Amino acid sequence: MQAFDLFAILPELVLLVVTCVLLVASVYVRERQPAVAGVEQDIFHTPRGVGFVYFFTIILLAYLAIAFASRIGDVSLVAMNGLFQSDPFSNLLKACSCGAVLVSLIYSKQYLMDRGMFRPDFIVLSLLALLGQLVLVSGSNLLTLYLGLELMALPTYALVAMRHNSEKSVEAAIKYFILGALASGFLLYGMSMLYGVTGSLDLIEIFKTVADPRVNHLVMAFGLVFIVAGLAFKLGVVPFHMWVPDVYQGAPTAVTLMIAAAPKIAAFGLLFRLLVNTLLPLLGDWQPMLVLLSILSLVVGNITAIAQTNIKRMLAYSAIAQMGFVMLGMLSVFDDHAFSASTYYVITYVLTTLGSFGLLMLLSRKGYDCETLDGLKGLNKKHPWFAFIGLVMMFSLAGIPPTVGFAAKLSVLEALVDAQHTFIAIIAVIASLIGAFYYLRVVKVMYFDEPLHETTISGSTFAKGLLSLNCILVLVLGIFPGGLMAICLDAMRRTLLGS
Amino acid sequence: MILSFAIWIPIFFGLIILFYGSEHPSAGVRWLALIGSIIGFVATLPLILDFDIANAGMQFVENIAWIPRYDISYHLGVDGISVWFIVLTAFINIFVVIAAWEVIDKKVSQYMASFLILSGLMIGVFAALDALLFYVFFEATLIPMYIIIGVWGGHNRIYAAFKFFLYTLLGSLLTLIAMLYLYNSTNTFDILTWQKAPLDIVEQVLIFFAFFMAFAVKVPMWPLHTWLPDVHVEAPTGGSVVLAAIMLKLGAYGFLRFSLPIAPDASQYLGPFIIFLSLVAVIYVGTVALVQKDMKKLVAYSSVAHMGFVTLGFFLFSPLGVEGGIVQMISHGFVSGAMFLSIGVLYDRMHTRQIADYGGVVHKMPAFTAFAVLMAMANCGLPATSGFVGEFMVILAAVDYDFLIGILSATALILGAAYSLWMVKRVFFGAIHNKHVEELKDLNAREYFMMAVLTICVLGMGVYPKPFTDIIHPAVINLLQHVAVSKI
Repeated sequence: MQAFDLFAILPELVLLVVTCVLLVASVYVRERQPAVAGVEQDIFHTPRGVGFVYFFTIILLAYLAIAFASRIGDVSLVAMNGLFQSDPFSNLLKACSCGAVLVSLIYSKQYLMDRGMFRPDFIVLSLLALLGQLVLVSGSNLLTLYLGLELMALPTYALVAMRHNSEKSVEAAIKYFILGALASGFLLYGMSMLYGVTGSLDLIEIFKTVADPRVNHLVMAFGLVFIVAGLAFKLGVVPFHMWVPDVYQGAPTAVTLMIAAAPKIAAFGLLFRLLVNTLLPLLGDWQPMLVLLSILSLVVGNITAIAQTNIKRMLAYSAIAQMGFVMLGMLSVFDDHAFSASTYYVITYVLTTLGSFGLLMLLSRKGYDCETLDGLKGLNKKHPWFAFIGLVMMFSLAGIPPTVGFAAKLSVLEALVDAQHTFIAIIAVIASLIGAFYYLRVVKVMYFDEPLHETTISGSTFAKGLLSLNCILVLVLGIFPGGLMAICLDAMRRTLLGS
Repeated sequence: MILSFAIWIPIFFGLIILFYGSEHPSAGVRWLALIGSIIGFVATLPLILDFDIANAGMQFVENIAWIPRYDISYHLGVDGISVWFIVLTAFINIFVVIAAWEVIDKKVSQYMASFLILSGLMIGVFAALDALLFYVFFEATLIPMYIIIGVWGGHNRIYAAFKFFLYTLLGSLLTLIAMLYLYNSTNTFDILTWQKAPLDIVEQVLIFFAFFMAFAVKVPMWPLHTWLPDVHVEAPTGGSVVLAAIMLKLGAYGFLRFSLPIAPDASQYLGPFIIFLSLVAVIYVGTVALVQKDMKKLVAYSSVAHMGFVTLGFFLFSPLGVEGGIVQMISHGFVSGAMFLSIGVLYDRMHTRQIADYGGVVHKMPAFTAFAVLMAMANCGLPATSGFVGEFMVILAAVDYDFLIGILSATALILGAAYSLWMVKRVFFGAIHNKHVEELKDLNAREYFMMAVLTICVLGMGVYPKPFTDIIHPAVINLLQHVAVSKI
């Protein structure tokens, strides 16, 4: 290993080491805060050292986010004998992932404390999942990609099952685990076919060999189908979306946020690594598949969401539809603007998701989970500012200016029209028109209805302030979208030219 | 900078009120809103005072890069077509604030803030010379209006709010696709560049229809008008006033700024089709207005009929027709605003809008009746009121275009007189048969002031429309010269 390699993987190493240290240290550090009353006092529930772990995790994540953000401008590096690459694209996504986990943890703290789940293992599992995401985004070898994928997925299964006395959580966890394993199997099968045809696991080697006329195109195409199916599972697009609503609804909201935010970025990173970095010569094969998947997602996601009364389930179907939009961005022509629309979309989508679930968690309190539309009724009467935050998030998801969701939809639609897919763009806008209905219904419930019962805002001032900042960011990025767009474009352009 | 001030002053005040008002008593909020709307109005006056009549191009231009990635700029400017609407928007906003003074008592700060922000956004629509900037303002107006209808509306307000939002969104999303298409062929979102871009006839027709969807829903043109009566009935008084006086004009203005100059050949080709739709609006919707039992619904249908006159004038492609259409839009801003305020005055006292519940109001409210009857007369186009000027110009142009169309459009005067006067007869005259009418009190100083100022506007514009037409004329001539040149 060279010093050069060490630099490339330094943040990941720091994350791994600190996570292990925290895991061990948490056993020995005595918790100063008294245990929350009413929470079972046994070996699983006594919070031990959690304040300590939480504190250092926040610092660690802030450091990682800044470290990756400062690397966006750097040149691409390939380390560990071609197993790992650090390029502008991966650094951008990794900075966003770390930021998303950081914000998720801050939003979740009070929610977890009220439910006796604010424990070192929750935080450590989140950090391990994050490590998986970072490895996944940076993988430059099929094995690294698979390793990252599993490292991301396994802690998440455990997180979903954390509320082990709730039937729904356990059901969601089993469903998630089985379908997730199936998806990994698909992906692995597809990778094995790629390996069989090209004789290499290295993404760059495969990229060079794929275009070779001697390669068996039929096996290649089969491998591609399995890979796309596996990716579709991970992203949660129709027809591989069945796990998404159940897991979103069944998991505790804090865990839902851990699944809904950062892993979307990583899944998009995987999509990019496999389809663009590796199989770009098969563009003509995978783009039609994505057309089908994304149109189905837009239609099914948006229409099914209308029937939901549980907000988490509704946001799950909304996520399915939004991922459809991300995939549509992948249909852009391969020029120097290629795929930046998708990157921009996924980053802004995660920003909005953080805000929406963060609001749901602040509205939950001890013994009450804000999950249904009824829970939001009349929010404007009691807490106008938080109702406003909800309004901004919903309009952003619906893509109404001046929120960031509009800028994101604009860039994807522009990419579509640019690629002569005007008809698909029309389908997409009609689907988002249908989608606008259920986002509007959430606003309606918050603003037009009378409150059913007392609504309180729990959570620290810090979490509230961060949520407000999140809302302002959604507005400001919507009014001045140029900066982030340019960053995505620049990162994408330098990554593609580098590879 | 004048245009930027005109847009951002009301929005700025709206935000201040939103944050200040949630913890303070409503009296301060009301005064702050009034001050904000007056400053906003004063800020627009230099647009008229310093307007250069000899210049048919864009004036008060501001151009700053906004989203360089797509060559989108913060490009503002006005010509004779748009300048009056900016002033009108700011002007009507003052009345909306005054009309709500003691009537709105829940969430006053949010109410006032919504209207101030809405007025800034609508000024932005009229001032934008960049298509995406236009679109952002155009769409953003939906959010405050949705809240206004849904929070302060009548008992069926939720249905109305959804109908309003989704109807409008349907149209504008298709327009977005057309805009992206134009961006792809010109590599800019600048409207003035688009106006010069060559397009073949198929492209023009498709683009025309995409824009048509957004603007025809907003105008609204028959058969896309069905949302308007529902929304008017449920909206609070201020919402109805803004909707009728300004928001409908966004659509008609869009035809002049986008459809005609960008797709001139398609506009000429499809002109008879639009004229047909407009005539249906004038005659059929006018007849529908005749049988309404709810006053607001009646005025809403009459708005559709009047806007039919506007689109009729635009697609005759003669200076008289287009100018008549614009004058009609400004006049309708005053008249429909005043009529909805009048209905608001009655509704605040009686809490009903059914014509059948009234009768003999003149005995109890003579001053109010005088104003309201004058507005009804203006609505049916009585000479010496502003309503006459625009309708007369459009009818002249229509006769010039085709005698039959002239005759058909002239029936609007008869229908307008029929539904307006019949409503006046049933509401204001006759014997009192409802004991609540007995208890009515005449206008208070606040309402008197509003009606008096609007009356002065209506009469002033009716007697001496020259300041309006002088400013409009060069821009219209310029537009028609542009439209006459084929782009194929």
